[in-house]
Amino acid sequence: MNIGSHGGSCGHSCCLRIEDLGVKIGNETILEKINLHAHCGELVALIGPNGAGKSTLIKSILGQQDYTGVISFSVPGQRNRKMKIGYVPQSPVFDPGDPVSVADLFCCCMSKRPVFLGASKKMRQTILECLSRVHGEDLINKRIGTLSGGELQRVLLALALEPIPNILILDEPLSGVDVEGMESLMEMLDEIRRDYDLSILMTTHDFGMLDRYADQVVLIDRGIICQGSPKDVLESKAFHAVFHRKGGGV
Amino acid sequence: MSLWYAICDALPLDILHWNFMKNAFLAVLLMTPLFGLMSTMIVTGKMSFFSDALGHSAFTGIAIGAIFGIASPTWVAVAFSAFFALLFSYVRHRSNQAADTLIGVFSSTAVALGIFIATFNGNSFTKYNKYLIGDILSVTPGEIGILGLILLAVVIFWVLFSNKMSLSSIHPQLASSRGVSVGITQAVFTTAIAIVVTLAISWVGLLILNSLMVLPGATSRNIAKNLKQYHLFSVVFALISGIAGLVLSYFLGVSAGASISLVMALFFAISFLFRKVGR
Repeated sequence: MNIGSHGGSCGHSCCLRIEDLGVKIGNETILEKINLHAHCGELVALIGPNGAGKSTLIKSILGQQDYTGVISFSVPGQRNRKMKIGYVPQSPVFDPGDPVSVADLFCCCMSKRPVFLGASKKMRQTILECLSRVHGEDLINKRIGTLSGGELQRVLLALALEPIPNILILDEPLSGVDVEGMESLMEMLDEIRRDYDLSILMTTHDFGMLDRYADQVVLIDRGIICQGSPKDVLESKAFHAVFHRKGGGV
Repeated sequence: MSLWYAICDALPLDILHWNFMKNAFLAVLLMTPLFGLMSTMIVTGKMSFFSDALGHSAFTGIAIGAIFGIASPTWVAVAFSAFFALLFSYVRHRSNQAADTLIGVFSSTAVALGIFIATFNGNSFTKYNKYLIGDILSVTPGEIGILGLILLAVVIFWVLFSNKMSLSSIHPQLASSRGVSVGITQAVFTTAIAIVVTLAISWVGLLILNSLMVLPGATSRNIAKNLKQYHLFSVVFALISGIAGLVLSYFLGVSAGASISLVMALFFAISFLFRKVGR
């Protein structure tokens, strides 16, 4: 399989490189021989059945999981650039009674001023700017437990984009979001990667959108078993073997 | 303290005639905001039963201190509670049992151990009764000083760590992706609860202490729309309940801790009627 064959070569664009990555927990091999290049401006979708190791791969990139192999980030002309990662976790279900507003969530993450004093005027302005990137300025005073699936994803996305990262990682951003919400979220991600020239790595079980938005699809089941354009992967024998055998959201 | 006594004497209130009431009043003014503040995070972090279990472990610590003849068993109790709290956190992260099951295990073990030690060799349990009911009227000026220092320490702790603690309880994974050490943050807060619970046990009593740790936050949560309101309402509810409860106990001749708890419960009932619904 030709690795990193999409979105230009590593020489001309910044690139997240994963080389020979492996994860073992106890005696069990969770991931092995993962080789992956994600270039800036590229949207890479990680797919695979439940328990295939997608979340473990994300944890490894985030530095929350021990691994063997190399994860590096390079920018042409610059050596050893530290990569900034924006992370959008799998949408949690918050209690509607939680007295936490969207502004509070931003303050907890971005401000040194104690959150119980409320946001300063300057901070509020910054939060509004962040929310404007996802067209969500009107959500600032809403409680996080009352947001719809799509709204919550947009808020978490706005949070991950401050500061603007090199790599944006999204864990199942489409789960719990209705069809209309999915469409607008993918549209937004498409806009973001072009505007900010960042690479997007997302896991998903919804394959309907991949053809239009993904540059590269990576099918994982412990190792990479198929990789390429959405069309190549979704029509591959490996894809049908995995999902028809295990049943995983086709 | 003499300044405080002078202020109380200047107030035209019969209730503040005796020194023990002046002490108790000041203790309430310091203790209830402390509980109000801690309560916000205990309720958000779903630690209500945990703080109850810590009260039980504090009792065990006091019994251990007493049996070894240590003059002030409270410090032994603080050390034991902190140890108990950290041991619980350790086991919780490494066990596949539900948190409430583990709390049950720890809490009942602590109480059993406490009673075992207290009654060892045919000793009478009676002298421990004050830790069950508590007596705020017995608070001494020295203890009020300690209470003041604890309030100051908790406020500083809150200013420095409330953002990290809130994020850790809202979404641990998001917190850790933004560089927050969730485990350490929780361990430090847990130890702080252990210290406060243990020191307050002789004034408020094991049986009702937890209501003070839970009710202000729970009441505030019914009506607060953001974290600023949540903290503010919780501290104000606790303070008003403390003062009202103390006054009530004076006129009715009942336990101050119990009447403070009941006023808080009344506030909870009222806030429940006015709770926010939907958006």
